[in-house]
Amino acid sequence: MGDEPILHLQGVNKSFGPVHVLRDVDFEARAGEVTALVGDNGAGKSTLVKCIGGTYTLDSGVYHYQGKPAHVRSPRDASALGIEIVYQDLALADNLDIVQNMFLGRERMTGLTLDEISMEKAAQSTLEALSVRTVASVRQRVASLSGGQRQTVAIAKSVLWQSKVVLLDEPTAALGVAQTAQVLDLVRRLADQGVAVVLISHNMLDVLQVADRIAVLYLGQMAAIVDRSSVDQQQLVELITTGSSGDRGLGRPAAQPTGSANR
Amino acid sequence: MTETKLEEQIPPEGGQNGEVIAAAVPVEGGIAEHARTYLQRVRGGDMGSLPAIIGLVALSIFFWAVHPSFGSLGNFANLMQQAASSIFIAMGLVFVLLLGEIDLAAGTAAGVCAVVMARLSVGYGWPWPASIGAAMVTGLVIGLATGWLCAKIRIPSFVVTLALFLAFQGVVLYVVNNGAGTHGNISISDNFINGLDNGQMANWAGWLLVVILVVGYAAVKLSATRARAKAGLLAEPYSLVAIKVLVLAGVSVLAVYLLNQNRATNRTPTVVNQGGKLVKVTPPALDGVPWVVPLILAFFVITTFLLTRTRYGRHVYAVGGNAEAARRAGINVDRIRISVFVINSFLAAIGGILLASQVRSVDQNEGGGNVLLLAVGAAVIGGTSLFGGKGRTFDAIIGGLVVAVIANGMADLVQGNNGPAVQYIVTGAVLMLAAAIDALARRRAGSSGLG
Repeated sequence: MGDEPILHLQGVNKSFGPVHVLRDVDFEARAGEVTALVGDNGAGKSTLVKCIGGTYTLDSGVYHYQGKPAHVRSPRDASALGIEIVYQDLALADNLDIVQNMFLGRERMTGLTLDEISMEKAAQSTLEALSVRTVASVRQRVASLSGGQRQTVAIAKSVLWQSKVVLLDEPTAALGVAQTAQVLDLVRRLADQGVAVVLISHNMLDVLQVADRIAVLYLGQMAAIVDRSSVDQQQLVELITTGSSGDRGLGRPAAQPTGSANR
Repeated sequence: MTETKLEEQIPPEGGQNGEVIAAAVPVEGGIAEHARTYLQRVRGGDMGSLPAIIGLVALSIFFWAVHPSFGSLGNFANLMQQAASSIFIAMGLVFVLLLGEIDLAAGTAAGVCAVVMARLSVGYGWPWPASIGAAMVTGLVIGLATGWLCAKIRIPSFVVTLALFLAFQGVVLYVVNNGAGTHGNISISDNFINGLDNGQMANWAGWLLVVILVVGYAAVKLSATRARAKAGLLAEPYSLVAIKVLVLAGVSVLAVYLLNQNRATNRTPTVVNQGGKLVKVTPPALDGVPWVVPLILAFFVITTFLLTRTRYGRHVYAVGGNAEAARRAGINVDRIRISVFVINSFLAAIGGILLASQVRSVDQNEGGGNVLLLAVGAAVIGGTSLFGGKGRTFDAIIGGLVVAVIANGMADLVQGNNGPAVQYIVTGAVLMLAAAIDALARRRAGSSGLG
């Protein structure tokens, strides 16, 4: 997978008043891969995600999308490019059913009225394509779904909209063991369909299980971007907590902040 | 012989085509299956208007039993005319309640619109289209201002409308006591305005209404069911559609039949001298469906279409269910918020016009007193949630009828000085009961996972 990354950020800086949250951060995501974004609390994961999603604008740095510079100044710009963020607190309306949620804000119409039939069929086939068998009916209200099923709907929504980059913010944080496995399965299938998946997670096991590459943020700097196959759990924990592990990471004058030289 | 037969029956080994069995086509459940699902939903806390319909029937039987005149034909028509203004204000409130907001000024806003209409019609001699139009525009302006204060300045709707509730009482007083024409209590002389709440349709028009209603409902239901079945989606069985249409037909035929009977209380003929001849004259018959019935039905159809079939309606429910999710989906939440207040105040204006029409006059307390509480009560009793995201304008109609039955029945039941006192207490208790059912259903829905 040595082709161009679909999403490529270079030298990103972001400050809130005197607090320098992101310092010269480089980040990339490739189609068909799961890139995990890990780091301790306050490392800047959420800020970086919000910069990618257009909620925050970059103070400085280059934002490349599909090899071309892109100007993302609002979440709308990001969605227009095909970048979708699936938030931790799940942007679903409980009182609406699965179809209504998946098409929220982008309803299909026939004239003045909603085209319920075509939306229902599209929702069904999207869930089938992702091999989702846990949902009994797409006309169920979201309130009646389990945490894993909700996460599934939220992820399926991004597939339905043919997003090219999907950022998942702690998708397994509130889930049990079985549901976590289901969601991770789905994350893998999403990548297999050619989507660039960015997985933000606290859970080492999840990350090691599903990620192709792992980007480690440490105190606002990109400590390393490593291949999954080249690290074990202990090294990863070391990178997260100290910013370096062996010859990888920050703190050595020769080391690149991106860690790209270390791959 | 038998052996060969057996061999023939053995199915070929599966999987030779590597065929992927698509998700099983949902088996169309029969009526029994649908009834079971419905019961399950009710038990899970999704009751809709069911408590209100049961309450309506139970209350009607109770009042009829203790006071037979409650069941008279005249009172039947009365009930609808009394309920009309509450129903309209409540239909508007449903929109606001869907967002989890409240409009405490809906009653006095209706009052302002009513006195504006009365002042222009009586004091300045404006024809009815102009004075009614002015009342409606007043409603739209009030809604726009309320919505703007809530959505843009971000004052909680509770506070905005509480302030407006007080201010509008002053506006009513001002309009009633100033300008051309009579001051204080303004009697309305315009026949059209008075006829809105008091007039009846011709008998044939009542039957025409039944035909339009039943045929229209059947056509909408059938075409929707057919389209879903054709697309291979789970659809209601035709037998269930037939039952629904027949129930609607039965109820509306019975209602129109009863309303088309002569319900005049005075039927004894009098002998009058007409041009030197003595003629026996029977008093004019009082029959026909009150005009408020088609008026309510028309607005019910329009608002239901708006809420269930259009993108706007979908967004209203979404903002009520999860405003943050709606915002992230690209919905302009502020615009939705302002729009529901505009619709609310517009329907309140119509409620105010009917309020004035009902008693053929407006006074210094127009739209005050319990007008608002009856309307909020109507919406909540009907099944619209105070927590937002759940409700239909149908709720306002059923709830409005319940409230009217209570007011009407109690007035007969408790005579004397304490009548109003008991009526207030009972209405308050019923409203509390409805709110409690709403809160409990919500908790139950939360725990059972059914929304």
